[in-house]
Amino acid sequence: MSIDSPVAGAAASGHEVGKREMLVASHVTMRFGGLVAVDDVSLTVHTGEIVGLIGPNGAGKTTFFNCLTGLYKPTSGEVRFADRLLPPKPRQVVVAGMARTFQNIRLFPNMTALENVMVGRYCRTSSMAVTSILRGPKYRREEAETRERAVELLEYVGMKGQGGHLARNLPYGDQRRLEIARALATDPQLLLLDEPTAGMNPQETRQAEELIFKIRDSGMAIVVIEHDMRFIFNLCDRVSCLVRGKTLVEGTAAQVQSDPRVIEAYIGSPEGEDGAENA
Amino acid sequence: MRIPTIFTLELQKRHHRIGRLLALAGGLVFAVSAYLPWAYASGALDDMSYLGGPSALQFLGLALGLILAICATMGLIEPWAGAKGVAPALLKVSKRVGWTRGAKVTGIGMLAYIGVVLLAIVIELGGLVTVEWGGWVALAAAVVGLIGTRLITPGRPPSLERLRTPGWVGILAIALTLLGALLLAAYALNQVDGGSFVVILTFAGVLAAFILRSGLGGWLSSISQRHRTVLVFAAFAVAFLFPFTQNGSDANMSIATQVLIFAATAVGLNIVVGLAGLLDLGYIAFLGAGAFTAATMSQSAFATIGWKPPFIVVMLIAGLISATLGLIIGSPTLRVSGDYLAIVTLAFGEIFRISMSNLDGRDGPDLVHGSSGIPAIPNLNLFGFDFGAVHTVAGIPLGRFSNYFFLMLLIMAVIVLVFTRLNHSRIGRGWVAIREDEKAAEAMGVNVFGLKLLAFAGGAFLAGLAGAVKAHVDQSVTPDQYIFLESAFLLAAVVLGGMGTVMGVILGAVLLKLVPEKLRFVNEYRMLLFGLLLVVMMRVRPEGMIPNQRRVLEFHSDDEELIDEIEEDLPYEFAEES
Repeated sequence: MSIDSPVAGAAASGHEVGKREMLVASHVTMRFGGLVAVDDVSLTVHTGEIVGLIGPNGAGKTTFFNCLTGLYKPTSGEVRFADRLLPPKPRQVVVAGMARTFQNIRLFPNMTALENVMVGRYCRTSSMAVTSILRGPKYRREEAETRERAVELLEYVGMKGQGGHLARNLPYGDQRRLEIARALATDPQLLLLDEPTAGMNPQETRQAEELIFKIRDSGMAIVVIEHDMRFIFNLCDRVSCLVRGKTLVEGTAAQVQSDPRVIEAYIGSPEGEDGAENA
Repeated sequence: MRIPTIFTLELQKRHHRIGRLLALAGGLVFAVSAYLPWAYASGALDDMSYLGGPSALQFLGLALGLILAICATMGLIEPWAGAKGVAPALLKVSKRVGWTRGAKVTGIGMLAYIGVVLLAIVIELGGLVTVEWGGWVALAAAVVGLIGTRLITPGRPPSLERLRTPGWVGILAIALTLLGALLLAAYALNQVDGGSFVVILTFAGVLAAFILRSGLGGWLSSISQRHRTVLVFAAFAVAFLFPFTQNGSDANMSIATQVLIFAATAVGLNIVVGLAGLLDLGYIAFLGAGAFTAATMSQSAFATIGWKPPFIVVMLIAGLISATLGLIIGSPTLRVSGDYLAIVTLAFGEIFRISMSNLDGRDGPDLVHGSSGIPAIPNLNLFGFDFGAVHTVAGIPLGRFSNYFFLMLLIMAVIVLVFTRLNHSRIGRGWVAIREDEKAAEAMGVNVFGLKLLAFAGGAFLAGLAGAVKAHVDQSVTPDQYIFLESAFLLAAVVLGGMGTVMGVILGAVLLKLVPEKLRFVNEYRMLLFGLLLVVMMRVRPEGMIPNQRRVLEFHSDDEELIDEIEEDLPYEFAEES
């Protein structure tokens, strides 16, 4: 943890207390016809831990994510979340406490930022049509709570006062943050971030890093897919490297960073070793 | 709307002063020409043959001329007043008005107006020769005015919606606008002559375009945002007052009642299409299901069900049966989306109609007497109130259709309430999220399937309610009233008016239903005309007449940037002036 961020110290102490297995994916395999996109991958995530998932393009990282979140039903293997088998329905996965963001941002473009976050509260609220039409006390209470929580979350991710903008009109970095806020609105215990810094400039990346640390410190487990190695190694307690659907290496950031197989997977077989530093 | 290329920015910069003067002159002459005879004989429109005494329609033209003159003058007055420091408070307000944009659209509108008037005269009296010299003066003035407005440099977008308005001014503005709309509508409907109706419609269109382009529309909509309840109550009050403007005549009330039924159904469809984004091409079947249910349980001698509960119960049963049909068609088909769903619902509409014609005792149980349907449905009698009788209120007789009009107004109020409240609730947000990105909504824990089903069943329920009333208004229910074309028209009303809004859809429904009812010749070519109208709308205003704020931004977010670019190109004094 060589980053000079203000939350880094707190983070170090944060994840030592009460490590509990949050997510256990064992031997997950996903086949599309003859193509094996994810091949016997296992991953364990503990509370208060950030796990990085790296690997070259097409390694099956996002497919693995989709298996975890119920978008795909794995061909074989099982995913347990908080000691319970995860149902293979995205909605039930969210209710169970797992939320995600998307690699290519998938906000609701023609809703305001606030509304986007409020949609995230959907699964934690329950007023149905008739209460909504009659504006019963339960509806009023829930609606007020939803709004309040959404405003809080926008502030939490650093978008205070931007709730009224349409999601599609927000700058790129804010869209990424809004997606995280929307995911947080579902009260998750585990957050899956699919390339949260793709397309960001160094400053935005640093802000994202700080935000992710902040979320981790609140006790949430995080799995993050990234290509930005500096980001991954600053952020992650453990890193797993996928290559062609298989787990190549799993270990601490330093272990994975120095593993020659990882370097080879990214930049090919060594001709000149000097490329390794930039990997 | 793009500016024709003959009037390039260069040309405009050089001649913008002349342009303003031409526009001013055109507007004034046009206004004055209302006092001249436009037609040779009294038979056309509302008699435009007098010198010195404008007819009512000519007064409308006079109003347009004055609007143009005022718009053109303001561009000249503003810099002068700014330099001299005259009335700075008023000037501040005036700078927020899109005078130039208003002038430009009025210029086009004036020409359209006189064009329609002259065309009507030519058709109704027979031959170009029937147009009097005053008409040609007006036409020339309109052309000069149009050229003038085209020569003015593009205006800055209006910012009236950001104007701080005291509450009472806002409420007064809403009341006056709606009252004006009521009077104009009553006036238009009382025209027996088709030409006059078209002329009034043209005038209303031009006025609406002016209000929108000059920023008054933005101002009104920002006011109505703030005084929502006032607006809603005022709108219903105006609709409530409408039968009292008819002096007991049922001719227009019959149309108005049909329009209201159509509009109520369209608002129901708007939940399905506008909010949840499900393309439903068979929606009319739900209206039909409600109508058939009410008919079979009515007091008609041809009704097939012996049980005759009170109408309130019948209405609820009709709604529930429609909703059940919605669920039955929805649960297997809502897993497909987009075009596929459209095809399935289209087929469902046809299946409904054909099934109804087969329930004739020969091909199936004799439930609705097949294609002859259930005739002779008697008038309603609710709590001793006879819907068939004439009731006199405040000296004004209100006939049968007025009674049904009031009933439909009540149902409309319920439907609007349901729509708006759902729209601003957890459910509504879920629907819009599904419309925006179904996968993402699912991944955020939104119950996609359940909500789609709810939209389908809810929309069907509301249509069922309207259908139950429709059975009694029409006095007979036959399967061929519920053909695919009706579904297409409902959808057109939603798209034309503005998806996801109540006001827009009501306006769209009113236009689509009213115009063919009022104009027999339009009725013959209505498919052609509405097809054209839809094409034009998609080109000019894809978000609908009264768009949802979200959709404006969706379609036109780059247009404002374009204007800003043009503005930046202009030297300082031009930008100041326009």
